[in-house]
Amino acid sequence: MGSLLFAAAEATHAGDGGWWADTAGIMLISPFVAFLLILAFGKRLRYNGAEFAIGALAINTVWAVVLFVLNMTEGVLREPVRFVVGDIGSGLTFELGWAVDGLSIMMYLLVNLVGLLVFTYAVGYMEGDRRVPWFFAAFSLFAGSMLLLVGAPNLVQLIIGWEGVGLASYLLIGFYWEDHENVNAGNKAFMVNKLADVGLLLGAVFLGVAIGSFDFAELNLAAVEGNAALSAVAIAGGALLFFGAMGKSAQFPFHIWLPDAMAGPTPVSALMHAATMVTAGIYLMARTFPLYQQMAADLRPWMVAIGTITLFAMGLLALVVDDIKKVLAYSTVSQLGYMMTAVAAGGYTAGLFHLFTHAFFKALLFLGAGSVIHAVHSNNMSDMGGLRKYMPRTYATFVIGALALAGIFPLSGFWSKDEILATLGHEGYTAVMWIAIAGAFVTAFYMTRAVALTFHGTYKGHGHPHESPPVMTVPLIALAVPSVVAGLLNIPGVSWPGIGNFTEWLAVRVVPMGDHHAEAIDFFLAGVGLLAAVAGIVLGWLIFAPDRDTQQARDRLEIPVLYPLFRRKYYMDDVALGISRFTMGPFARFVNWTNTYIIDGVVNGVGGLVYHLARFIYGGVDQRGIDGIVNGLSAAADAAGSGLRKLQTGRVQQYAASFVMGAIVLVIVFVLVR
Amino acid sequence: MIASQFLVLAAALFALGVYGLLVRRNAVLVLLSVELMLAAVNINLVVFEAMWRTSEAIGQVFSIFVLTVAAAEVGIGLAIILMIFRNRQSANVDELDLMRW
Amino acid sequence: MEWFDTWGLPLIVFLPLVGALVLGLIPKEKEDAVKATALLFSLVTFGLSLVAIGLFDFDLDTYNTYQFEVNTRWIPAIDSNFHLGVDGISLPLLVLSCFVTVLAVIYSWDHWEEPRNPRAFLMLMMILLTGMNGTFVALDLVLFFIFFEVVLVPMYFLIGIWGDKAPRKIPGFSRVVETRLYAAIKFFLFTLFGSAFMLLGFLALYFRSGEFGDRTFDIVELTNLGASGAFTGTFAFLVFFGLFLGFAVKVPMWPLHTWLPDAHTAAPTVGSVLLAAILLKLGTYGFVRISLPILPNEAVRWAPVIAILSAIGIIYGSLACLAQTDMKRLIAFSSVGHMGFVMLGISTLTDVGINASIIGMVAHGLITGLLFFIAGSMAHRYHTREMARLGGQMKLMPIMGGILGFTAMASLGLPGLAGFWGEFMSLVSSYNPLDGLSLTVFRSAMVAGAIGTVLTAGYMLYMLQQVNFGEPSDEWVGRNFHDVDRFEMTAWVPLIIFTVVVGFYPNLIFGVTNDVVGSLVEMAFQGGAVTAGLGG
Repeated sequence: MGSLLFAAAEATHAGDGGWWADTAGIMLISPFVAFLLILAFGKRLRYNGAEFAIGALAINTVWAVVLFVLNMTEGVLREPVRFVVGDIGSGLTFELGWAVDGLSIMMYLLVNLVGLLVFTYAVGYMEGDRRVPWFFAAFSLFAGSMLLLVGAPNLVQLIIGWEGVGLASYLLIGFYWEDHENVNAGNKAFMVNKLADVGLLLGAVFLGVAIGSFDFAELNLAAVEGNAALSAVAIAGGALLFFGAMGKSAQFPFHIWLPDAMAGPTPVSALMHAATMVTAGIYLMARTFPLYQQMAADLRPWMVAIGTITLFAMGLLALVVDDIKKVLAYSTVSQLGYMMTAVAAGGYTAGLFHLFTHAFFKALLFLGAGSVIHAVHSNNMSDMGGLRKYMPRTYATFVIGALALAGIFPLSGFWSKDEILATLGHEGYTAVMWIAIAGAFVTAFYMTRAVALTFHGTYKGHGHPHESPPVMTVPLIALAVPSVVAGLLNIPGVSWPGIGNFTEWLAVRVVPMGDHHAEAIDFFLAGVGLLAAVAGIVLGWLIFAPDRDTQQARDRLEIPVLYPLFRRKYYMDDVALGISRFTMGPFARFVNWTNTYIIDGVVNGVGGLVYHLARFIYGGVDQRGIDGIVNGLSAAADAAGSGLRKLQTGRVQQYAASFVMGAIVLVIVFVLVR
Repeated sequence: MIASQFLVLAAALFALGVYGLLVRRNAVLVLLSVELMLAAVNINLVVFEAMWRTSEAIGQVFSIFVLTVAAAEVGIGLAIILMIFRNRQSANVDELDLMRW
Repeated sequence: MEWFDTWGLPLIVFLPLVGALVLGLIPKEKEDAVKATALLFSLVTFGLSLVAIGLFDFDLDTYNTYQFEVNTRWIPAIDSNFHLGVDGISLPLLVLSCFVTVLAVIYSWDHWEEPRNPRAFLMLMMILLTGMNGTFVALDLVLFFIFFEVVLVPMYFLIGIWGDKAPRKIPGFSRVVETRLYAAIKFFLFTLFGSAFMLLGFLALYFRSGEFGDRTFDIVELTNLGASGAFTGTFAFLVFFGLFLGFAVKVPMWPLHTWLPDAHTAAPTVGSVLLAAILLKLGTYGFVRISLPILPNEAVRWAPVIAILSAIGIIYGSLACLAQTDMKRLIAFSSVGHMGFVMLGISTLTDVGINASIIGMVAHGLITGLLFFIAGSMAHRYHTREMARLGGQMKLMPIMGGILGFTAMASLGLPGLAGFWGEFMSLVSSYNPLDGLSLTVFRSAMVAGAIGTVLTAGYMLYMLQQVNFGEPSDEWVGRNFHDVDRFEMTAWVPLIIFTVVVGFYPNLIFGVTNDVVGSLVEMAFQGGAVTAGLGG
């Protein structure tokens, strides 16, 4: 194993990262240390323990940035540092450690950098809230688990981190646990993920036992080299792993937990349920990419199909909800669909690049939404409007994020979405590519709606909204920068002097990646994608921006108000209205209905069924059946005793009479038988 | 022939004893009936010993045993009855149900 | 430390008994002296078990060789010897039982159920410790049986005297009885029922061993005979069945489990803890120590049955938990599911599976023991165990709620905590059981087990939601609850630490068990099966 690893490292001319890679494990440990310190001392500190949480991530960010820069300049591929924690004679070894290669370095940077900004923001956002130390403790627990996950050199450590982030997610979704609604949301997230984790667990068993190791490098090498034992279980194991990834990355039909997960504080939604945690499934697919390229290639069309359904159908739902965080949540689901589709179709870099850029602008959007919520004390866009005047910095950054998400040139979202479209076209998924373009239209449409309803028109809420303090707006600005420029890292055909491009950085892995990277920009495709986005924005603007007083009515599509308005405009407006009526009306409602009644119905139905089954088994089978037999036997003995003791009258003569009668009977029998 | 006459006597005596045991109400008479049955057994023992003389005279030895046991039994039995009579002013066996559960 | 080779194990076993006698000499009124004496004796015993770990030579550890062996004539008439010894399989369990008992004594410090009588309570606990330790180190079937049964008596009295006094209507009986009496009698009779068959099995082995030399009750000699294929056919089938009944009741395996929820629910807190943490392990330990090595061929024949019953137990136990309203009963039923994983591991007859079962036993001992501690302390404060009446504990007693949350997470098998390894490796081993065992059966059991983990998560979250979250109901508002006190903290923190340490470093257990389990599988079943399946 070792020799192969180094051979691969030679081939890519990568360095080993030196001291920084040797000590990268500090990143995996420091948030846990912070977690314990916050629990112990958090309450006594000025910022309720945020000092520790931010300090840990600040240290981590140093490592992550240094490693990222090293990877840009010379490439970093170090044999994973491993510590054996469990060793069983017949060849199963459990190890913990950290991997240092292009993929994990990218994730280290993402988690630590975005995490640092969101933590800082949270200091302002959570000011004066309930149990702030606990918030930062759980947040640190999340950061540590997430780093454990992305740094995992093997499946077992990945599972530990995977469930750890699930736990943190559960704790933070149900952060306001006084209300059972929020606890329900946490339970739902945990249960849906746990169900999907069955796939992850069994997938790990299938693949691990087949090759005798849980190591990712071994797994990928075996997949590439055509290991016979692995190929026998590759499809089943791959499908099971994908099943697990679907849960964490909220792919259809497991997406149902994510919108509910918005019950947690907004920084949680920004970091976990948008930027990092939900990308774990995508990360897993990328980590085991060679398996799906080689042995489990038959699964790819199915995975693409799931991703495509997710990206299109879930985007539509963002059109009809009033809660601004749910708009962003459905948007996240949709974007995760893009990533999954790309990775499944063979676009390793395309999917991860979108993951990278999305993390910045979606975190930005959520934090912007949080800033708004902080100001108006409501999640509903019907209580907002006109905030542009009160919150200029939030407005500006939010618009940048929205444009990036919509895919407007030259913001980061444009480049990463274009890369996905190009990959889909190149891999022959033409139909999927057109759906993805339609999805881009929808994305632009709902983001325009969100911006218009939140920041334009007149203020409909109560109180006096105000701009958030600098501790919140500075992270917004800091996130806006990469949202704008991150796309430049991977312009097709461009390799920046001295550092190369994103594709090259991510290719630094033990097993070389066999994915396609466009040599030059496909101007037709880029043009169509941009056109779809612009069309979405224009239509959205036409519908939602103009008449400020009737915005609310328009949003509810009260046709008598909207219709004459559009009649006065061009004939084009009628078409737009028709399309939007259909998409926002029956179709979105249909999808929403399917979501609520069919999928959620199945979930609730199964839950109810299991509950009644459980009651039947406990009440009917266990208590009356099995325990009934036990109690029945002793009851029978008891009854027999009570009956028989009545014979004991205490009258000696009765006893004697029975005795004599018995003797006579015996004599008769004796005589007759003889 | 002679033996059968003795045996009939013993059987009659035993039957009388059983009758007395079952129907008498007075505890002393019940005890007497038991003695009657023991006497019947003794007759049988002596008769059979006379018919098949054994070298150790087992029959007669046993009849002596029975007499001894009977004497002891009467002694204890009468003592119990006396105590019951003192406590209850009655020796009627129908009223004696101390051994009930 | 040569004295330890001879005197170590007898001291570990009988020191608590001496402790019980000493307690008997102290006047009942001097409670502090009573408690201090009990703590001293349990601490010394625990210390000795740690010395045993320190002196244990792990390089020599192969199956059927024991260390610190003591073997002297005891009852010559039936060729029964006083034979004690430990190996890597019994060592972790021995330490666990001493450890949990120390914590139980600490916890008891000021938690006494009515009728208050610390001296009698602690005496019974000391006798219990003798029985448990003796079972884990006995190497003679008669001795094993005696210790196995000795455990019943103190537990019977613990449940029957200090148990739940609520009246209970038993289906089929006209009278209403106190729960504690019902539970105590049920526990005793159920176990005795199984033990009777187990004893028959022991006797059958004794007499049959005469055909191959001197008759013997010695586990070491019987193991050698078993490995050479001495016991076969219907005879062995029936003997295995007898042993199976004895051990399966204790585990408990479905459908012999119904004593468990009653006994656990009715027992006083410390009784539940010891029941869950140690007593259940006597059954699984019996399988590993006696059934498998002495009757290997029968173990292969019976393995699918055990696997199916375990799989049913996992699903069934979890479903039953979902229907509970009583918190303690829910925790009790969760044991059925968790022990199902342990038995599933054993039934695969592979080294991975048996390693899984031992770490599963230790983890279950730590975690479920802690859950029962917490449930007891909560019932002590709320005077109810009805989850529907509870709620908002995070507000009333944040530390208690936090520890309960942690323990619930550990119990549902969260990776990174001790419970995960037993479950995960149990699944790994049932994916690839011993060669010749039905893959269909074992892989179905694996899927059932995996689904069981979801259901487990379901009822644990349900419990947390009912108990920890939400606003406290009017019943509790304004009541001043005392959060976790120092005795509770002292008893619980070591369990929490070990749960985390074993979770991140399972080699703590594997390092002890791995060699000996490997050679057990090698000796009894000719080879570690998972290795054969691993294409590495």
